[in-house]
Amino acid sequence: MNLADWRRRDSFYEASARRRILGLLDKNSFQELLGPAERITSPHLEQLGFPVSFDDGVVIGSGSLDGKKVLIAAQESGFMGGSVGEVHGAKITGLLQSALTSNVTAVLLVLDTGGVRLHEANAGLAAISEILRAAFSVREAGIPILVLIGGTNGCFGGTGIFTSCCDYVIMSEEGRWSVAGPEVIETVSGVEEFDSRDRALVWRTMGGKHRFLLGEADRLVVDDIKAFRAAAAELMQKPKTFTLESILQEHRRLGDRLTTYGECKDALDIWKKMGIPEFNCIPLMDNDAFHAAVKPYLNGKEKYHEH
Amino acid sequence: MNIEYTLDKIFPGGYQIKKDGLVISGYGVCKGREVGIIGTVDHAAIGVDIAYKLATSVLEVIRQFPGRPILFMVDTQGQQLTHRDELLANNAYLAHLAKCLELARQLGHRVVSLVYGEAVSGGFFATGMMAERAYALPDAEIRVMALPAMSRVTKIPVEQLAELCKTSAIFGPGIPNFVRLGIIEEVWEGQLEDCLDRALQLPAVYDNRADLGRERGGRKWAAEIASRVRNSAEKV
Repeated sequence: MNLADWRRRDSFYEASARRRILGLLDKNSFQELLGPAERITSPHLEQLGFPVSFDDGVVIGSGSLDGKKVLIAAQESGFMGGSVGEVHGAKITGLLQSALTSNVTAVLLVLDTGGVRLHEANAGLAAISEILRAAFSVREAGIPILVLIGGTNGCFGGTGIFTSCCDYVIMSEEGRWSVAGPEVIETVSGVEEFDSRDRALVWRTMGGKHRFLLGEADRLVVDDIKAFRAAAAELMQKPKTFTLESILQEHRRLGDRLTTYGECKDALDIWKKMGIPEFNCIPLMDNDAFHAAVKPYLNGKEKYHEH
Repeated sequence: MNIEYTLDKIFPGGYQIKKDGLVISGYGVCKGREVGIIGTVDHAAIGVDIAYKLATSVLEVIRQFPGRPILFMVDTQGQQLTHRDELLANNAYLAHLAKCLELARQLGHRVVSLVYGEAVSGGFFATGMMAERAYALPDAEIRVMALPAMSRVTKIPVEQLAELCKTSAIFGPGIPNFVRLGIIEEVWEGQLEDCLDRALQLPAVYDNRADLGRERGGRKWAAEIASRVRNSAEKV
């Protein structure tokens, strides 16, 4: 990538939820549902004396992508860490449920979250579980759900589990995705187990490159809203099947991973075992160099995109 | 609560389980009906290996005993918190387990869960909360986070949280809170065999938890907000 390309980039990482939505969808197509004018806030945060937000930290609505109708939700990273409370979660659940009657091509979820909002602990967990159920019914109807991860909070907790239940995941290198976040592992299991301040360790364990190499992320794109948009436009055309056959295939894939990489101590060991000659340099490669370096070693097992 | 002690009461007609580490699987007979039993013991932390074994057990029931109901026995301290689990993508393994349980439901298996030990956050999310209805024994424990830890994270004094717990079901641990939220359908007391039989007689339901939470007063907004979104989406 040359300097002119860099300058044309529209960073996904830094953008607000609304900025991301505007960049992802066709121009002037976005119509927000239950927008800030309706002042739907979290009653629980209010009860605790915390600041509230008129969208409770998630923007939802409909619009079009390449002329096709889609529904979209984007979490606001700056409000309570993008966390899911009762109202926030119910907005996403309602959006997914309305996909069943709206004749849409796909649902896009821009996740940027630590998971459950601990100020609403039990209701937050319930909310993510209800999002998951609604998502399964959307998939059952043959409507694909795409998750986009590339923001400052990453995608963690119950939301991290939920994400693996959707059709496709598009990530940038800057995205991070797992169940337990670095601080949680360190707090509970000790700094010897995981040093959350070791940023290189965090990114090579939970970052976009490793998730792509494992075959969990379907696309790894540069930190540019336009790149996310292009990947979403392509993937939304083909829902994945959810059948006994597809689940058995996934079962074999995850079983093979435990057998092949179960003893590895670090992402570097996994990449080395995959046969990637320049495994040591992966963290430093830009997106083009990364794809060029790893492509021959994906063995056709993992989904690969010629970008 | 000991797994054998509990299963003895649920299946006086007999049951067979095998243990593989902290994972159990097998079947029991409830009022003449064979019910698959899958679950964990000893407050298992659910990492990639346990999640994979549980998924294997669910797929075995689907393939070998089409239509057989599944009773998921929940006793978990949550997801396993290690470098290795996240390196291998525990999210994928827990999600795979959730997908297997969803597939079972889609293929016509009744899936109910019973929290007989403890149930904590991510471990509960991918197991007991994937059942169409979740139940609990009265002395079981469910939580997202204990109050002192919640106090540290939210910077709200623990005394204030304890006070709020008296009027709200959303903060604190405990079965009664999760019943009020609609997450736990009912507490099983008395003859456990009758409880399971009754659960299996109920009509299949996709997700009634937000409605239950509203009826019971523990979660007043979830059902309401989701319904408002659906209504406004229709107008767009």
